[in-house]
This record gives sequence, C-alpha cells and structure tokens, in this order.
Amino acid sequence: MVSMETVFSAVALVAAPFAGGLLMGVDRKITARMQSRMGPPVLQPFYDVLKLWGKSPVITSRLQPILAFGYLGFSFLSVALLLFGGDLLSIVFTAALAEVCIVTVSMSAKSPYSYLGGRRELFCMLSTEPLMILSALSIYIVTRSFIVENVLTFEEPLLPLLPGAFIVTGIVLLIEMRKSPFDVSASSHAHQEIVRGVYTELSGYTMALVEVGHWIRTVLVLSIASIFWAPNILVGWGLALALLFMVILADNAFPRLSWQRMVKTSWALGFALIAANVLLLVVTGGATI
Amino acid sequence: MRLVTRARLKSPWILHFDCGSCNGCDIEILAALTPKFDAERLGVVNIGDPKQADVIVVTGPANPRSARALRSLYEQTPDPKVVVAVGACAATGGVFRNCENVFGGVDKVIPVDVYVPGCAARPEQIIDGLLLALRKLKEKDGG
Ligand code: SF4
Repeated sequence: MVSMETVFSAVALVAAPFAGGLLMGVDRKITARMQSRMGPPVLQPFYDVLKLWGKSPVITSRLQPILAFGYLGFSFLSVALLLFGGDLLSIVFTAALAEVCIVTVSMSAKSPYSYLGGRRELFCMLSTEPLMILSALSIYIVTRSFIVENVLTFEEPLLPLLPGAFIVTGIVLLIEMRKSPFDVSASSHAHQEIVRGVYTELSGYTMALVEVGHWIRTVLVLSIASIFWAPNILVGWGLALALLFMVILADNAFPRLSWQRMVKTSWALGFALIAANVLLLVVTGGATI
Repeated sequence: MRLVTRARLKSPWILHFDCGSCNGCDIEILAALTPKFDAERLGVVNIGDPKQADVIVVTGPANPRSARALRSLYEQTPDPKVVVAVGACAATGGVFRNCENVFGGVDKVIPVDVYVPGCAARPEQIIDGLLLALRKLKEKDGG
C-alpha cells in the first residue's frame, strides 16, 4: 500500500522543475520592476528552455552531453532525497556531485572563458559546501538527527533556535542562484564571456538541461530553507520565498565581488554566524553538545 | 503551431556584431535593451555567444577585416537563425560606401533577412526589425 506521503512526495518531485522555472520567471519580473522595466512574461524561462531544446546543438567536447544529463540527474536526485525524507548530508553531497558535473563540463571544452568559468565554479563550491554542511550540523545539534523526516517532525520550529543557520542558507542561495555580489562563475542575466563562463560552451539541449538543473537546485536550497519552520509547511515556504526576495534585492543592490572576496566573505560570515548560533544555543540551554 | 516554434518566437536571443560601424547604431541597439524600450519584455536577451544566439544583429559595412569574423560567427550560430542588418552601413555601406576597403552591405558576406534603415536606426525601428525577423524565423520553420 502506497502511503499518502509517498504520493505527495512523488507529485512534489515532478512539480519541482516547473516550480523552479516559475520562480525564475517571477525573479526576472521582480528584477525588471526593480529596474523600472516591464520585464518578460513570467513563463519566459520555459520559452527559453523549449527553444534551446529545439535548436541544433554545437557539441564542443565529447563529455558535454552526458555531463549535462548528469548535472540534471544529480540535482533531481538531491531533491528526491529531500522529499522522501533522506539524510541532510547525503543531500548536500549529491548536490555537490551535480556541481562536479558542471565544473567538468566547463573545463572539458577548449575555451579559455569556459575553463575560467569552471575554475570559478569550483570556488563557488568551495564557498557553499562548508556552509551547507555547517547548517546541517547545526540542525543536527538541535534535533539530534540528520534525517529530514526526523527534522520535519521536530516539535519546535527551528528558526528561533537557528537564525544564524537560516541566514547562512540565504548566503548559499545567493551563490547557488548566481546572484550579485557572488555571480562570479555565471550569471542569470544577459552578461557575456567570463561572467557567464560556465555557460559559454553550452548550446541547444545541453544548455536546456543545465538550465533546468539550475532551477531544480534553486528549489532544493529553498526547500532546505523551508525546513526552518517545519511544523507548518506554508510558513516554511513563506520564509523561503522571503529569502528569495532578499536575494533578488541583493542582486539589484550590490556590485559583483571578485571570487577571492566571495570565498573570504562567505567563509567568514558563515563560520561566524554558525559559531555564534551554536554558542547561543549552548548558553541558553537549547542544545547540549 | 509546434510548441518549440512558439517558444522560439518568444525567446529571440541576439548576437550583436559590429562590422566596423561608427558606433551610432550600436548605441541604439543597446538603447533598445535599456529600461526605456525594454526589448526584454519580448524575450530579447543580448547573449553575445554565437552558439546560443538566434538572431544575429549586425551593424556597419562589410570590409575584408571584419568579413572573416562575421562569416565565422554566422557559421558558429546553430540553425534556425536570422540575420538583421541595422543601419544604412549594414544595408549598403552607407556613408562608407565608396571607401576602397569597403565591400558594401553585410549581405556581401552573409545572407541577410531583415534590413533596418536609418543612420542611425532608431530603437523603435530596431525592435520592429527584430519582430519582422521573428516572422521570417517562423516562415523558415514552416509555420
Ligand atoms: S548607419 Fe550611420 S549611425 Fe549607423 S553605423 Fe553607419 S554611419 Fe553609424
């Protein structure tokens, strides 16, 4: 007998890419409004991906197609792990595998822009991975479990206990969505050459796959943010969307930093916030180590 | 209409190439993308990567120097694609017409689908030209 929860998770999994695409469309619309433009229709990301899918591709390295599928596949897997109540750490590692695919794709093509993009993507990984692991660890310190199912059934909402970890998730979202000030390896906007380094050698369906993978990863980080108010999923998603809005605001307010600054800033902020948060927990007796 | 064709008409990514213009038309192309004219509401994105472009927007007259680059960009752009020649220079050579290093319009080098007149062409005209190019794209698709 299939339980209600499994059916719900399966439906959510199928809906994830669509939700991601829609969020990207809303992002473009809000960004346009912030710049006093009208902006493209909300469904624009879907038009873009469909068009790319129908275009004849230019394959510049033999690894490109399989790794583009790998990026999408591992991104999907990480969301699936989350939805079916898997382990927070394995989710982080599966998401990292997807990232390895995109780095390899960019480095396998003989193009300096793409190569540099891949290198910079590695620095993005270097910035986000420790933060994700630290967030997961701090969740563990409170709930005594890495398993999403147990975290979701924890009696209290996590946000009042772990505000630091929530902000750190915001930083991860900023880097993951390739938004200013951390859009060093690629940008969601119409930039060129090195700013869109990772995308330089992609075209046609490989680009479409990577784009959908990117949507799914955004949904993944937002879902992780929604865990911070697990008792009520609606409040959780409200929080996640508020985080998304802050990211869009930051994108429009800040200039791009260099990748060195990105690594330094994200590490300094991330470690400090998590350390302060855990210290506070211990002092107030919210958790024991 | 096929779903992909419909999507194609709503998502023209442009590759902007300057063949040796006076820069007047290039400024107008960029103006078309700025908030005032906001060509992005039609899905237009200045992508700058020939592998991902659908519309090649060329300014300036064809000359031996830029012809090589132009041809290469045209070949790198995957099908289906359309070419829009913006400005008098790109159409016929314009004010540079009789210079000894100028072949004439860019159609001497690559096939052109749409000519946008003017010296410089206005942003409104350029957006019009892009829409006309999309209609041609649809015809090429058999739609
Ligand atoms: S058409 Fe006129 S404005 Fe445009 S590039 Fe030529 S000379 Fe300059």
